[in-house]
Amino acid sequence: MSSTQVATPETSSHDGRQPVRAGRRWRRVPPLVWVFLLVPLAVELAWVFWPALNSFSLSLTKWNGVGAAEPVGLDNYRRMFDDPIVRTAVTNTVIWIVVFGGLSVLIGLGLAVALNRPRRGVGLYRSAIYLPMVFALAVTGLFWRVLYQPGGTVNSALENIGLDGVARQWLADPDTALYAVLVAAIWRQVGYIMVLYLAGLKGCDPSLEEAAAVDGASAWQRFRYVVFPQLRGVNTVVFAITVIDSLRTFDIVWAMTRGGPYNSSQLLSTYMFEQGFTALNLGYSSALAVVIFVLAIGFIITYLVRATRED
Amino acid sequence: MTTETAVDPGTVRRSANVGPRRRGWVFHACMAPLTLLWVAPMVFVLAVAFRSFDDIAARGLGALPASFSLDGFSTALSEGAIGRALANSAVVTVIGVVATLFLASLAAFALSRHAIPFSRTILLTMLAGNLLPPQILLIPVSSITQSLGIYDSLFALIVVQVGFGLGFYTFVLHGFMRSIPNEVLEAAVVDGAGSARIYARIVLPLCRPALAALAALATTWIFNDLIWALTVLRTETKFPITVALLNLQGGFVSNWNVVASGAVLAAIPTAVVFFAFQKHFVSGLLVGANK
Repeated sequence: MSSTQVATPETSSHDGRQPVRAGRRWRRVPPLVWVFLLVPLAVELAWVFWPALNSFSLSLTKWNGVGAAEPVGLDNYRRMFDDPIVRTAVTNTVIWIVVFGGLSVLIGLGLAVALNRPRRGVGLYRSAIYLPMVFALAVTGLFWRVLYQPGGTVNSALENIGLDGVARQWLADPDTALYAVLVAAIWRQVGYIMVLYLAGLKGCDPSLEEAAAVDGASAWQRFRYVVFPQLRGVNTVVFAITVIDSLRTFDIVWAMTRGGPYNSSQLLSTYMFEQGFTALNLGYSSALAVVIFVLAIGFIITYLVRATRED
Repeated sequence: MTTETAVDPGTVRRSANVGPRRRGWVFHACMAPLTLLWVAPMVFVLAVAFRSFDDIAARGLGALPASFSLDGFSTALSEGAIGRALANSAVVTVIGVVATLFLASLAAFALSRHAIPFSRTILLTMLAGNLLPPQILLIPVSSITQSLGIYDSLFALIVVQVGFGLGFYTFVLHGFMRSIPNEVLEAAVVDGAGSARIYARIVLPLCRPALAALAALATTWIFNDLIWALTVLRTETKFPITVALLNLQGGFVSNWNVVASGAVLAAIPTAVVFFAFQKHFVSGLLVGANK
């Protein structure tokens, strides 16, 4: 805690006068400073927390946006169990978390280890791998839509290396649409994960690895038993960020497939949007949003605990 | 070189200092193709953007370019209205970034330099708000903007972006401001400076590195947003670049040079921000996760 905040329980328990002083200091916060705090806080309360609460109450109603919402209790949640698209969306969301998280972490960590030490060309390699992450997910989606077209670059490349049989309409085929989108999303995410791990590696103690090398540990053993344990903090952050991001994922799927064909690439987030803004089932859509929230909240708390741990 | 050293063990020992260089060769042999693979999608899209429609129609989308034409760009800018969309995005991004960082720095200043009760709880609640899945806010935000009469305006989009981003920036700036030594501020207090002056003259200038990092990050986040724009906007003339691009894709179904040109035009601003502020950008990404 910051030294200006004297009202911590530890300090106040030592000295009887301290709580009084603390109280006086609270009052000494100038009115203008309260304005400094309360204006941003009010903006966030009005545009984040109030709407979030509204979603919970809306999820217990049937509403098409016009007139009054009709309370239906838990019907929207019951309806999800009979909705085959929800089943697809949940499965796809789990696939998304596992594949998107797993591959971007594997590739990102591998590249971070490879590009950790300064040597000629490292800056260039790093920049090239970072670059996709600054593009909008919608732009990334469009890039890859061009590449995936029938007769497009992906298929031509496959034909050139003799894999004609593999070429197909990647985004129009229900079996491949989700994975085709995943490739694009991972392409963009790897740079970000690499940034996080590069910072984590910088924080590792090099003398430990040198000592292990002197003791005859192989490169893999040094990484597995010396370096990797020191990355635990980064791993937690990466894990939480990946799951939170996966549950939010919307733009890239919307830009590439809109959840199609035949809902085969539908995620909970895209189905929620479609139900809310295309089908105007606002109550049902809110219930889906609540499910996304419930799935995310554990990881949000993990991130928050981690973010404040060193305090 | 590898065979040589393998044949004669004596060479290996003598060339011990060549080791790193040889490993360097292996390193580049692995990294260069991988990097090319990473860059390839961008290069191919660029190639499509600069081809003419006839070339693509005759020789296929995947063929090597045999033409050079700016038709894709001019069509995207005129008929696709990409220029207007870029202007909308610029307005929203500039105002959004400045307003968010200003409000966040005020809140961070209050929370970090004053004995506000429950400041930690307030700070974490604000950060938690930013981590919420936007899905839980979309429908109520849309109806709130409608009842306020600001639905379908750039103003609504800016307000939503500011509200949703605040928590993260406040959290980061709070950490930064707290690290300013007390002595620096005490001197100003002794001189009789009020809170507003301390904020504007001392704290804010000291926060310049953090503000630069967050500005680079916020610029790409707001510029790249799609879901909030879809939520609060309906009129085509108000669409930012991301939504306009999806429209372009619908309107020019087989004109891949137009679609690719639009995507390239949308990618250029963030790429420029990235190359101009790469250090700030990377430190901005870290500042949130690395704590």
